[in-house]
Amino acid sequence: MKHCEYQQIDPQALSTPTPTPTLPLQQAVVQEEKKGETARRKWEVFPGKNRFYCDGRIIVAQQSGVLPLTLGLILVTTVLFFVFDCPFLLKHLTVFIPAIGGVLFVFVVISLLQTSFTDPGILPRATPDEAADIEKQIDNSGSSTYRPPPRTKEVMINQQVVKLKYCFTCKMFRPPRTSHCSLCDNCVERFDHHCPWVGNCVGKRNYRFFYTFIVSLSFLTVFIFGCVATHLALRAQGGRGLMFALQESPASAVELVICFFSVWSILGLSGFHTYLVASNLTTNEDIKGSWSGKSGAEDTGNPYSYNNIITNCCSVLCGPMPPSLIDRRGFMPVEESSQTVATEIELAAKKEINVVGGPTPSQLPPCALQVPPSPIPLPATPNHLQPDLQTPV
Amino acid sequence: MAETHSLQELQQQAAVASKVYVQRDYNSGKICKFQTKFPSELESRVDKQQFEETMQTLNNLYAEAEKIGGKSYLEGCLACMTAYTIFLCMETHYEKVLKKIARFVKEQNEKIYAPLGLLLTDPIERGLRVVEITIFEDRSIGSGR
Repeated sequence: MKHCEYQQIDPQALSTPTPTPTLPLQQAVVQEEKKGETARRKWEVFPGKNRFYCDGRIIVAQQSGVLPLTLGLILVTTVLFFVFDCPFLLKHLTVFIPAIGGVLFVFVVISLLQTSFTDPGILPRATPDEAADIEKQIDNSGSSTYRPPPRTKEVMINQQVVKLKYCFTCKMFRPPRTSHCSLCDNCVERFDHHCPWVGNCVGKRNYRFFYTFIVSLSFLTVFIFGCVATHLALRAQGGRGLMFALQESPASAVELVICFFSVWSILGLSGFHTYLVASNLTTNEDIKGSWSGKSGAEDTGNPYSYNNIITNCCSVLCGPMPPSLIDRRGFMPVEESSQTVATEIELAAKKEINVVGGPTPSQLPPCALQVPPSPIPLPATPNHLQPDLQTPV
Repeated sequence: MAETHSLQELQQQAAVASKVYVQRDYNSGKICKFQTKFPSELESRVDKQQFEETMQTLNNLYAEAEKIGGKSYLEGCLACMTAYTIFLCMETHYEKVLKKIARFVKEQNEKIYAPLGLLLTDPIERGLRVVEITIFEDRSIGSGR
């Protein structure tokens, strides 16, 4: 009797009728194609809604939001300040005024750009193998044609129960304090909020830049406001009046208006974030009231706080800088030769089955021929299948 | 039957039988720590003591990377004063320890795990979520008809 090569399916995969990643034919085809391609960097296949520049060095959210407006406002105000107010103040007061203004401006722009262009702490999505492993651990029954009820896992942190939620997009249990940003379609560690002014999420890695930005911007705004007011006051001296001063220096009026309207919100934001830093909270947690005990009489304090303002500040702002986990500039892994060898044999096996046409389709493993093609080439293809010689016939 | 393989041989010739994932242990807070519980799938392959030792050393290395102390504060304050531009030139303490971890994982693979037909993946390649252990099949693939 002629032996046909069948593929041994992982029995656990069969017992759960989930479309586990067993698409050997499509995978083999994709792998064949991939062998011929030049290596691509990982940012080119990044699944989230981010945009990359400079070959992956710079990462921003999909919509830049009002980042151009933020930059524009800061630039315009500061340039007007240097051009119209500084010469007068330099002559009448001190050289330190433009110097301090310059330092503050540099701080503001650098921290703004760093906040916008840094990876906020994006967690890479689970590989198909990992996702399958977690699925197996969670439930072994039921089909996945509908979304099962939200899955949670409980852990104890500092003698307090914390619930970890399962992220359906990233296919993993979110670490504590991680949240999924729908605008960027990523799970971000220590997610604070998505800031449209900065055009990026604020998370673990760029929170210190964000804090530096808003604090230095508050100082800059107050400084410019103060200097412009002084300038106008000096010009209006000698009974000449404010209108005269404004006519002589109309740019100062523009600066005054911009600064006046922005100083309240920026100072307010700085104050709010200083409170958050001191109590080691995120905006997300504060808004939801995760630790304020609103949800019942349990003793829910913040398990991440060190209960010491100085320690909290130091750990949030001066702690070690965590690395970026998404490795934007790394190259896509070239498929291992072991897998290509195995898939070549699978391809041959496929041809055998098709040509010989011996066994009836019902005896063949269902996934081999009837699964619809997967549109997404899987970067890391699991290969549980090996040609096996046992003929069931 | 050749039980011992070199790392390169494994990656080039053997077929992947299955993968075991060691998840993060969040019970000590947010620090990076992996569960040291011995997975049952590895019972036939590697000594429990050896595996737990490897995981413990890995955990200790991550704890060293994330340690908050005088040195990290100094680095943080210096960075703050220079508007964080020193990060462009200087390698952070965390990155230095990550390189150490990469070397450690490679060394463990070469000395201990590859000869047993196993491969540890550096957790940083999986976003510090899991330690992926690949179990390679010993029998040769494509056995004839």
